[in-house]
Amino acid sequence: MTKKITLSKLNGLLKDMEVEALEGVTIEGDIELEMDAIGGLNPQLAYMLGQETAQIAGHLINISQLLGYPVDQLLSKPVNDDKQRMIKPMELNRSTFQVNKMEEWTNEIQEVTLGASSSDGGTRKSIITVGGENALPYYFDSPMPHRNHITMDVFDMPIGMAKAVKSNYEDVMDSPAEWAKKNVNEFGADMVTIHLISTDPNIKDTSAKEAAETVADVLQAVDVPIVIGGSGNPEKDPEVLEKAAEIAQGERVLLASASLNLDYERIANAAKEYGHVVLSWTQLEINAQKELNRKLMKQCNVDREDIIMDPTTAALGYGLDYAYTNMERIRLAGLVGDDELNFPMSSGTTNAWGARESWMIDSPLKEDSDWGPREYRGPIWEIITGLTLALGGNDLFMMMHPASVAVLKEITKSLHGSLARDTVDISNWVTTKV
Amino acid sequence: MKINSPLEVYQYLPQTNCQECGELTCMAFASHLIDRSIKLEDCKPILEDAYKEKYQDLSELMAPEIAEVIIGVGEHAVTVGGDDVLYRHQLTFFNPPAFAVDVWDTMSQSDLIERVTFIKDYKKFYVGRFLTLDMIAIRSVSGDPDTFKHAVTLVMEHTELPLVLCSLDPAVLQAGLEVAAEKKPLLYAATKDNWQDVYDLVVEYNVPVVLFAPDELDTLKSLAITFIENGCKDLILDPGTNPQGRNLRESFENFIMIRRAGIKEGQKEIAFPLMAVPMTAYMTNDDPVSASYWETVLCGVFTVRYGDIMILHSIEPYALLPEMHIKDTVYTDPRTPVKVDSRVYKVGSPDKDSPVFVTTNFALTFYTVESDLASNEINCHLLAVDTDGLGVEAAVAGGQLTGKNIADDFKKSNFDFSDKTSHNIVIIPGLAARLQGDLEDTSGLNVMVGPPDSGRIPGWMEKNWDGK
Repeated sequence: MTKKITLSKLNGLLKDMEVEALEGVTIEGDIELEMDAIGGLNPQLAYMLGQETAQIAGHLINISQLLGYPVDQLLSKPVNDDKQRMIKPMELNRSTFQVNKMEEWTNEIQEVTLGASSSDGGTRKSIITVGGENALPYYFDSPMPHRNHITMDVFDMPIGMAKAVKSNYEDVMDSPAEWAKKNVNEFGADMVTIHLISTDPNIKDTSAKEAAETVADVLQAVDVPIVIGGSGNPEKDPEVLEKAAEIAQGERVLLASASLNLDYERIANAAKEYGHVVLSWTQLEINAQKELNRKLMKQCNVDREDIIMDPTTAALGYGLDYAYTNMERIRLAGLVGDDELNFPMSSGTTNAWGARESWMIDSPLKEDSDWGPREYRGPIWEIITGLTLALGGNDLFMMMHPASVAVLKEITKSLHGSLARDTVDISNWVTTKV
Repeated sequence: MKINSPLEVYQYLPQTNCQECGELTCMAFASHLIDRSIKLEDCKPILEDAYKEKYQDLSELMAPEIAEVIIGVGEHAVTVGGDDVLYRHQLTFFNPPAFAVDVWDTMSQSDLIERVTFIKDYKKFYVGRFLTLDMIAIRSVSGDPDTFKHAVTLVMEHTELPLVLCSLDPAVLQAGLEVAAEKKPLLYAATKDNWQDVYDLVVEYNVPVVLFAPDELDTLKSLAITFIENGCKDLILDPGTNPQGRNLRESFENFIMIRRAGIKEGQKEIAFPLMAVPMTAYMTNDDPVSASYWETVLCGVFTVRYGDIMILHSIEPYALLPEMHIKDTVYTDPRTPVKVDSRVYKVGSPDKDSPVFVTTNFALTFYTVESDLASNEINCHLLAVDTDGLGVEAAVAGGQLTGKNIADDFKKSNFDFSDKTSHNIVIIPGLAARLQGDLEDTSGLNVMVGPPDSGRIPGWMEKNWDGK
């Protein structure tokens, strides 16, 4: 069993296909010649031998090695070639793909319902539930129980806004009720947000009582759930939101918002007393969000099912990286067990319109390529801002432009899996004629 | 990477603290290797023969979970893949997705040249640099090898950008390779039907290749294993980008599953860069604006979730701008400081009559203002107030931008108005208008309120600044 075999001999053998002619070698039992078995073959050798015979050669060598022939050593003459030549594979190495679900995601996101129907003490015809996820949005690990929802902005006075937005609302700007109706009836809003910005002492200083009447008008005009927003003035907002909460008693509105820089306890108490949900708003800081949520729950005794978070939205190109990652971290923390962060999230997606790319007629920089028509730039800026946050875990979107609303709905419903569309054969997209 | 503490890395380093790499100690170098802010090859001693084994071992241990694939040659070469984490806050994502905009071989010569020129020149200034497009994808629509070859030749005459050669017909791909191989283009694609012939091309021309198995992850993995076992390592995987409805959701799930398998479960045979084809939006939308919008949306989805290279069709600015920005958003290193130094900067060559502007030290705000001024050739001084990296509006609301802070930061920069200016005037941002009185009281300067957006400074200057 110490006989050596030479290349020329092996070649000769292969030519004849006389495998048995290997002197002194007895092959016992059934041995199948399979392609897979050539794994250990030196590819350079294989190339020298030629592809046709390579498989048999490979197997022969394997057998020979088993029997003690140092064939590999003998035959692996160096080949001076940068490109290592391979044998042409004849068949796919069939395999199956498998991946595990995330075991770490054990903590459900809180479900929160907005709007109350007559049976629950309100007058809303539609009710919306957000939250309830056990995975990142649209992941296969666990079905997402509720799709994303969109609430469209209404302001209690005419305000300056991007031209592309304004053209949709010029006829209703003087009437929040008409504005709200248009949002629901024409633009398909799931909800409306009434922003009581005129209450700011630096703007119109509208009284809380007067503002509450506007809220009543809006509730009268539409039967979807509503969000009530203050002016952002930390001194005035608690009073404004208290009065608004009172007039909307039983409607389960979202009160926007409680934050660390105002008397959040008053907002929380108003929500508790009149049966509403609190929006817990912090500025791009996960620990501040934890702190405020904790205070709302422990100090103010707000129930878990009455809290939604707004961790702040920054526009695409203007801090969206922070906003997105902040939301994704919050959602992941909630899923793995942080009970101070597992609440549904809301985004002021309208902030996208603050980006100059969304409204400026052209770039202020001479070096920039053409920015194209702003009528198309603005809505897509709002869409991509919202979409990014949707992927990071955001549930509810406060938005402005009807086209943005339509497209964001289409994509979030598609990813949610709740939108049937024709199957397109993409196997030959390369030849698409456009 | 298979190693996660500087101490483990340190065991493999020369441990001489020679400082050739610029770090004080080998341990400091090791910690930079762990956060991938330095390359192992920056350690010159470890490249010597004495450390050969340790170098090889460490290289292997430090290799990113997702393979890196290089397309093209020279300064325009694009690297894709290379990620180690599933979420950017866990480290950062590496190698932003390469955007390849398409041309096709049935275009007229002039249209083709115009389009290629547009793609290679398109740019958008952002935070101190330009966002640009990365590659050209050439699609064979004719199906004819010679026509394709002609188009490839023409494209190469007009751009150095790396190429993707797109056809499922190996004869067409070969025609393209005959003229473009030395530029190391990416081949698109090997499928379950053509893979043997495409494999031959990959080996013969030594180019990276996309494996395309729409909606069939088993087939995709089988193709990958077959190519790996036969010596091909420069692979990119395309599990298919369905443009709409539930099929789109399936494509989305496929991207997540493949990436999770690669990074979390260490399934090496599928740990390759992923290609998305947002261009499939054009297979369902007839209206060009809708198609372009939807393509942008798909590009957004797959930029956030694990696409490493994309084929795009629309060259409308309203599509390209958000696409380039979302790429930058997701791939910006979250570990990089977002502040600039708080001091007075010179823009252009200011003299005593030049205006003095104030902004904050948030990098995005600062660079935006600075570029608006520079681009419009406004010679001036610009103070970046230390607001702890907040923008103007937030810093005013939060009390980080006050009259006193502004006055103090001018002093810290030794900027004396009576010495440096002839006018004793400072211009504050429109969004900080309410600080006007405060700043006047604390500084004794004349305070003017500028526009709320620095893009409007040129117009504001015309009205309000007569060069006194």
